[in-house]
Amino acid sequence: MTDRTSGTRMITVGELARVEGEGALMIQLEGERVVDVQLRIFEPPRLFESMLRGRAAAEAPDITSRICGICPVAYQMSACHAIERALGVRCDGALRELRRLLYCGEWIESHVLHMTMLHAPDFLGTPDVMTLSEKHPEQVHAALQMKKTGNAIVSALGGREIHPINVRLGGFYRAPRRDELSCLLPDLEAARDAAEGLLDWCATFEFPDLVRDAEYVALQHPDEYPMNEGRIASTCGLDIDALDWEKHFIEEQVPHSTALHAKIIERGPYICGPQARFALNAERLSPRAQQAAARVGLTPQTAQNPFRSILVRGVEVIYAFDEAIRIIESYQPPPVSAIEAKPQAGRGAAATEAPRGLLYHRYDLDAAANIREAKIVPPTSQNQCSIEDDLRAIAPALAALPHAAARARAEHAIRNYDPCISCATHFLKLTIERT
Amino acid sequence: MGRARLAVWKFASCDGCQLSLLDCEDELLDIAGAVDIVHFLEASSHVEPGPYDLSIVEGSVTTPKDAARIQHVREVSKAVVTIGACATAGGIQALRNFADHAEMMRAVYANPQYIETLATSTPIAAHIPVDFELRGCPIDKGQLLQVIGAFLLGRKPPIRSHSTCMECKARGNVCVTVAHGTPCLGPVTHAGCGALCPTYHRGCYGCFGPSDAARPAALVRDLLERGVERPELYRLLSNFNAAAEPFRTEAERHDGQD
Repeated sequence: MTDRTSGTRMITVGELARVEGEGALMIQLEGERVVDVQLRIFEPPRLFESMLRGRAAAEAPDITSRICGICPVAYQMSACHAIERALGVRCDGALRELRRLLYCGEWIESHVLHMTMLHAPDFLGTPDVMTLSEKHPEQVHAALQMKKTGNAIVSALGGREIHPINVRLGGFYRAPRRDELSCLLPDLEAARDAAEGLLDWCATFEFPDLVRDAEYVALQHPDEYPMNEGRIASTCGLDIDALDWEKHFIEEQVPHSTALHAKIIERGPYICGPQARFALNAERLSPRAQQAAARVGLTPQTAQNPFRSILVRGVEVIYAFDEAIRIIESYQPPPVSAIEAKPQAGRGAAATEAPRGLLYHRYDLDAAANIREAKIVPPTSQNQCSIEDDLRAIAPALAALPHAAARARAEHAIRNYDPCISCATHFLKLTIERT
Repeated sequence: MGRARLAVWKFASCDGCQLSLLDCEDELLDIAGAVDIVHFLEASSHVEPGPYDLSIVEGSVTTPKDAARIQHVREVSKAVVTIGACATAGGIQALRNFADHAEMMRAVYANPQYIETLATSTPIAAHIPVDFELRGCPIDKGQLLQVIGAFLLGRKPPIRSHSTCMECKARGNVCVTVAHGTPCLGPVTHAGCGALCPTYHRGCYGCFGPSDAARPAALVRDLLERGVERPELYRLLSNFNAAAEPFRTEAERHDGQD
């Protein structure tokens, strides 16, 4: 709805599509000046942190995976690592490699889903991947095959794609035989070639300008591009152990959201996710992924434009294929499928890299290893403030655009972060109000 | 007759069951070719108003607004199929039904007064007549395709309601309870997953909910004799289908008993 004669303008969208979860957006403008931006998240809360109290620590990987059907592996990994720290258990060798392989599968299926089915339609002006497939059938078919290959990794190792059943504290219920994984190699190699094509196709898209001076937060590991392990680092010098997360970050509740907003104490909003991982770890990508990034002009500077996050995801997909192939080729089954942990009281915290960013879990356990208290901070609640900041930054451009284009650009800016509202609340109706 | 109009709706859930449709990598474009997907927010910004021939509903009802919204979904839909444990049993968030909800809200939110929620999480069928309930946490995507196909053809969905134990036997697995004493809900859990957990050497945790004619009391008696302790049995029966009968009744018999 636009009323230019009275000088007021209001643009509304019923619900934001192509995101996981329910929410709304309200932008209020006075001329080109932004009065207010609210990312309204009305996804109904499911109260996981409360439900976890009194449950056995061993149940946490299965229970927390139900927070998100898109990234259940991330929840299982953060839960396992946090609780294992409390119990003094460490998974090394083949078990560590299998966990990394599982995460590669989730990065591939989640990133390709977002790039092709949720984000590419924004760049190409179509409502969905089904319509996109009429204009770009080859790219869509190739992407679906890639996504399927990622899911095949999660299925082979986890039992099924969504809410895998084979993950447990200390490792896995059953470690796969060599042939159960090596049979995936031909498809993985073909999909890795296709991933280079997907990235090159995405690089032909037009990227709106947006440069922000933001702090990026991701895991950093001396030897590898981070998935399950590393210190929590930032582009402004943060370098902490996960156990110290609550000393450096706070979660705030705002009236317009059922998802808590995370901030760095005394510094404010920050960005986590592919851009942050790339900013802090680009030199630890595989040679093929580094070459691909260079080919599409991706540097830590150009990657700061959130609209280019699709390219970073594309580079990470290539990397995940490289890693998956490396792990499978060198795989030898572990001597035991899981390391048994003795119950003991204690506190454990861990952060792992969900496809959309840092996922922090902290557990306090009693002597029987039952959960006394749990804290879970998903990536989308960490990115909420930055999404609002991006919308403030592009508001003058939005004000100059006609109704439909302004609405589409605002939604596009939100989808740059692959927000998962089911996670964050646990998102979206769009209102642009102009007075 | 024109093409069928398909809608997908989300209530309180993890999005995993509707994601199952996007995970049909080999079939998705064929589905889109066979029906008009006119309301599927997770996948498309193209939304058309009802009526719809088939509405697929994910998630449970946990807010006053959603209690009203599900009535609207029924009014604009010829057939309603619910998918997943949240929509068919209330999901894991139904644990609030047996706890102090206000205290649970205070534990997560500093200002619970900003948030309007119900003290219960209830399945869709507690609010409106439902034409078919597809089980699972998550659902099996093959079964979802069978259900959509059956509704388009006007047939009964070919979903068997026997126990997971039967699937496990058919698969030729060694019984994890008999061989290793591992507590397993396979004998009382609805089929559909293909007995995944026992295949991976763990006990079934009932994510497809109770099978038809399930008698958890008999299973629990056997597991107690094998030395499984009551708190573990309580937890096993109180997860993703916690509010489903007869899991709930049996779980309550073991609540708080050591």
